[in-house]
Amino acid sequence: MELLERFASGELEAFEALFRQHQKEVYAWIVRIVRDTGIAEDLTVETFWRIYKSRSRFDPGGNFRAWARRIATNAALDHLRHSRRETELPEDLTSTAVADPAIRSETRERLKQAFFQLPAKYRLVATLALIEGEPYNDIAEAAGISATLVKVRVFRAVRMLRKKLHTFAAEVNAK
Amino acid sequence: MSNEENSKEMKNLLKQAIAPIKDAELRRDLWPQMLRKLDEQSASAVNVPWFDWALAAILGAALVFFPGSIPALLYHL
Repeated sequence: MELLERFASGELEAFEALFRQHQKEVYAWIVRIVRDTGIAEDLTVETFWRIYKSRSRFDPGGNFRAWARRIATNAALDHLRHSRRETELPEDLTSTAVADPAIRSETRERLKQAFFQLPAKYRLVATLALIEGEPYNDIAEAAGISATLVKVRVFRAVRMLRKKLHTFAAEVNAK
Repeated sequence: MSNEENSKEMKNLLKQAIAPIKDAELRRDLWPQMLRKLDEQSASAVNVPWFDWALAAILGAALVFFPGSIPALLYHL
């Protein structure tokens, strides 16, 4: 019997073999999304736990790698939804001129904060598309949405970030 | 500015603010952690849910207070 068939029938040794084959790839995908090695390790285990639980629904003729990536993306998305990493933008701003390099550095810091405040589904696609440079089609497949929807979410994420930066620039200029 | 240019500009800014993950290498084997998780989950799956305990308690109390119902219960078993 093939490995995937043995896995689907609940054989633990087959699951272990698949785990060892795919754990690095699943981890590498998750760490790009959550950007924390410890959390990525936990989510990798959580992903394989979900895989093991739903083994009876897996089609042994299907693509295990793509299925695992989809489940990993959902696990990472659940983490982004529930983590309270997002922090409010601080209200106090320095009163230096916009051309000052310190402001540019602060702009980067503001952008970073604004990025971590994005709603989870936008942060997911923006991280993968804009920071990690993953192709839209790969993100779409992993997230279980169309490539068009990925583009739409990236566009909206960019718009939200620009809005936050404009607000920040306006506040700095007003001082 | 077009959407494409917007995205490109934001991409550059973001890459300055948040660096892409370069080292995504897994440093250790996670199988022992996976086994622990499987053990924990299978142990908790064997646990009797609180609702079943509550039903058993109600049944026990009924038998104590209404011993006459014991033959009827045995008949239906």
